[in-house]
Amino acid sequence: MAQRTTEIIVGLFMIAGCAALLFLALQVSGLSPKSAESTYTIYANFNDTGGLTPRGRVSMAGVTVGTIESISLNKETFQARVEMSIHSDVDNIPSDSSAVIRTSGLLGEQYIDISIGAEMDSLKEGDTFYSTQSAMNLERLISNFASGR
Amino acid sequence: MIERIAAFGRLGLDIVSSFGRSGRFLAGVLGGVPRPATGFPLLLKQLYAVGVLSLAIIVVSGLFIGMVLGLQGYTILSDYGSEAAIGQMIALTLVRELGPVVTALLFAGRAGSALTAEIGLMKATEQLSSMEMMGVDPLRRVIAPRLWAGFIAMPVLAVIFSVVGIWGGMLVGVDWLGVFEGSFWGNMQSSVDFVDDVLNGVIKSVVFGFVCAWIAVYQGYDCVPTSAGISSATTKTVVYSSLAVLGLDFVLTAVMFGDF
Repeated sequence: MAQRTTEIIVGLFMIAGCAALLFLALQVSGLSPKSAESTYTIYANFNDTGGLTPRGRVSMAGVTVGTIESISLNKETFQARVEMSIHSDVDNIPSDSSAVIRTSGLLGEQYIDISIGAEMDSLKEGDTFYSTQSAMNLERLISNFASGR
Repeated sequence: MIERIAAFGRLGLDIVSSFGRSGRFLAGVLGGVPRPATGFPLLLKQLYAVGVLSLAIIVVSGLFIGMVLGLQGYTILSDYGSEAAIGQMIALTLVRELGPVVTALLFAGRAGSALTAEIGLMKATEQLSSMEMMGVDPLRRVIAPRLWAGFIAMPVLAVIFSVVGIWGGMLVGVDWLGVFEGSFWGNMQSSVDFVDDVLNGVIKSVVFGFVCAWIAVYQGYDCVPTSAGISSATTKTVVYSSLAVLGLDFVLTAVMFGDF
């Protein structure tokens, strides 16, 4: 086969590979060009995080506004300390809002839902939620119900 | 009895020395300074033989594997009423595991065996030694382009495999079984991470491509120069490549996705 034809076919092959990678980036992993969005960090202390995992979502009224960065144990209070980064365009979360761990669907993943407070000041970088509500533990719920408490 | 023990020892020494030879061989191939003017057309020709000609088998198997994943996933997930999760299941399975691994296995069977047979026949008909007589280094002229071609073509093929597989899964899941298209893509996008999933899959396929191409060219170069030798070298290529790919896949998965 002529050298030129080989060149063109191999070129098309490489272009197909790049296009496939681009497809995986944009359509499959949902990577948007402006993904380097600026965020700010806030914290919440929970008695029980249940099955919450890093990279999980933080939402307000069902809209995703941030992600969970890390979950660690506070050795003094024996509570879980969850670090989450919130998109910086959502900068008016009232400071008396509470963070609630919810489950999407019956068996779905757990996420943090921020239920809105009424205070005029808003949470800033490094702030901690004043009130939180831990994950619903189905087993504990049933045993409480069974023992009549 | 003593002879058996001696034979066992010889076998061990043979294996170790073959590892050593393959390492020296690799150093000889990669150590030479590449000459772009003559090297590039040779590489191009091998990319055509190794990459473009493997495209058909990759696309067809990717399509069918994606379709099977769609069907199987649908029947299992619909028991739990969560058919919409089929998108993320197909995408994660393909991008993390099946894309790189199945492509590497097909690649070893389709391209690796051909490389071994070609180089082995060159050795048997003494083309390699006559090249040396003419002062042309066969490592650089024959082996290096084939090794690099395998190394470059494999990740490209694996990415194409994943994309075709996802498309096949969509064909079955969305167009045939009626999963809502928006939740198919939406679930996929929210669970697949570009760096953690897609790029790790690409890294896997780069490693597999390197190992497969290395085994294929080494087995060809090292074969016994008879027809029986070539046939056993070709068999060894496919067997060793498949084992190496599956073993390395476990190690890479443990490093990339294991939590420790």
